[in-house]
Amino acid sequence: MTEKELICVNCPMGCRLTVTMEGKEVLSVKGNTCPRGEAYARQECVQPMRILTSTVRINNGTHRVLPVITEKEIPLELMEQAMAEVREITVDAPVEVDTVILENIAGTGVNLIASRSMKHA
Amino acid sequence: MRHYQAVIIGGGSAGLSAAVTLKENGIEDIVVLEKDCEPGGILEQCIHNGFGLQTFKEQLSGPAYAERYVKMAEKLNVDIRLNTMVTELHPDKTVRYISSAEGDVTISADAIILAVGCYERARGAINIMGTRPAGIYTAGQAQRYLNIEGYMVGKKVFILGSGDIGLIMARRMTLEGAKVYGVAEIMPYSNGLPRNIRQCLEDFNIPLYLSHTVTRTFGKDRLEKIELMQVDEKMNPIPGTEQYFDVDTLLLSVGLIPENHLAEEAGIRMDPAIRGPKVDDSYMTETEGIFACGNGLHVHDLVDFVSLQAKRAAEGAARYLKEKKDRGTPLAVKPGENVSYMVPSCVHPEDANANVEFFFRVRKPMDKAVVEIRSGETLLRTMNRKKLMPSEMERVILTAKEIAALKEDVTISMREVTEE
Repeated sequence: MTEKELICVNCPMGCRLTVTMEGKEVLSVKGNTCPRGEAYARQECVQPMRILTSTVRINNGTHRVLPVITEKEIPLELMEQAMAEVREITVDAPVEVDTVILENIAGTGVNLIASRSMKHA
Repeated sequence: MRHYQAVIIGGGSAGLSAAVTLKENGIEDIVVLEKDCEPGGILEQCIHNGFGLQTFKEQLSGPAYAERYVKMAEKLNVDIRLNTMVTELHPDKTVRYISSAEGDVTISADAIILAVGCYERARGAINIMGTRPAGIYTAGQAQRYLNIEGYMVGKKVFILGSGDIGLIMARRMTLEGAKVYGVAEIMPYSNGLPRNIRQCLEDFNIPLYLSHTVTRTFGKDRLEKIELMQVDEKMNPIPGTEQYFDVDTLLLSVGLIPENHLAEEAGIRMDPAIRGPKVDDSYMTETEGIFACGNGLHVHDLVDFVSLQAKRAAEGAARYLKEKKDRGTPLAVKPGENVSYMVPSCVHPEDANANVEFFFRVRKPMDKAVVEIRSGETLLRTMNRKKLMPSEMERVILTAKEIAALKEDVTISMREVTEE
């Protein structure tokens, strides 16, 4: 059995997690204050997953760029590929928060959505 | 002169939460004065996730978190004046503001809530030697350029200071195609949240240089090079440890300071430990009817606590407006051993109407510590805490019953527990 110390990245609480592992199998997770912490620790030991946030260009919006976010975590190793897709996108104002901006980013099955509403300038 | 029940200065996370809470408590005649072209404050440029887990039980981006509050405020018909800059605040609760829509206006109120946010420490405050070329920005300034204006400030980046904005910008610039050579922190420990060290630096193999600082900048028109040096325990650079990085951009993430010019000019008593106004358990400053909350009071690391504190301040203001009663003699609540500040800084035992949350920071990292709450010499309560960092704000709650029973000043300290 091995013990691994992790810091939960779900929210700024940054809970310190202790994961007990047997080979590649997670036996227990301690130190989390919510169920997300346990799920994070189990996933982190297998394949780290992260939310991606960025911006895309927007035509006729109140600002020049629109912030976007993945609906769910995507594999950390696919960040670069995902960003290459994000850079190609331009949308038109107005946009409502949570509107899907790109489906199935980097082939992950996860959608990229608007993380705010933006009016026509 | 137009008179309001309450004026809120600032339409960011604190101001919006305060406005919503005032309306919910039946204070209808209010106005929010916001200098930007939209409400939301600094949240609008914080496009990363991690906001709202306490408040909404969801992980939101900064703009999405702000939008929730903006919608609540709209539903309650909160009057938010945009592009409106407050230029003067007076202890008689008059406020002068300027906007292109209204011109130069003075208004008065029965209560004022300061929700003014904070500003970034800049290069001048930390005295870096060398030339003054383009390419040196505070991290938040670069964040605004990138996330709102859509403008990348550079391609080869070094970051001084391990504050959260610096760490978040390290990841953001990397994702946008810049090369981030490292983050230097003068202290032997990071000033950012541990989760940000993990997901912003380690995820992208960006080195963190602890006990290091940038000692010189080079370049005529644009930054060309920086000098990095290791420092000793007294934070003095150690000769012979010079390293050079060819970078075109230096971001500074070296601390935030409450925006306290208005409060100072109004003669409101400040607490030097937080660099914001001194407040009581209702978040009233020592100037009657003027309240303060959020990053303009003391710098927070979670927006959820900013919203919560602003709610408490607005509840305090609503109660003040409705009752205007004498709350009796206050007792001080002071930071003790290993605690750098305490907010709020006093309670009213004769008017203990609710539980009170106290916000504070530890002075140094500690593995294990015991929170000791004392009234005079009497130990009231202890709590065990683990893995404490100055970058993570701590909270303890005193119940209304505990406060009502107080006879002497309170001290909250953190006794370090060292294992043999």
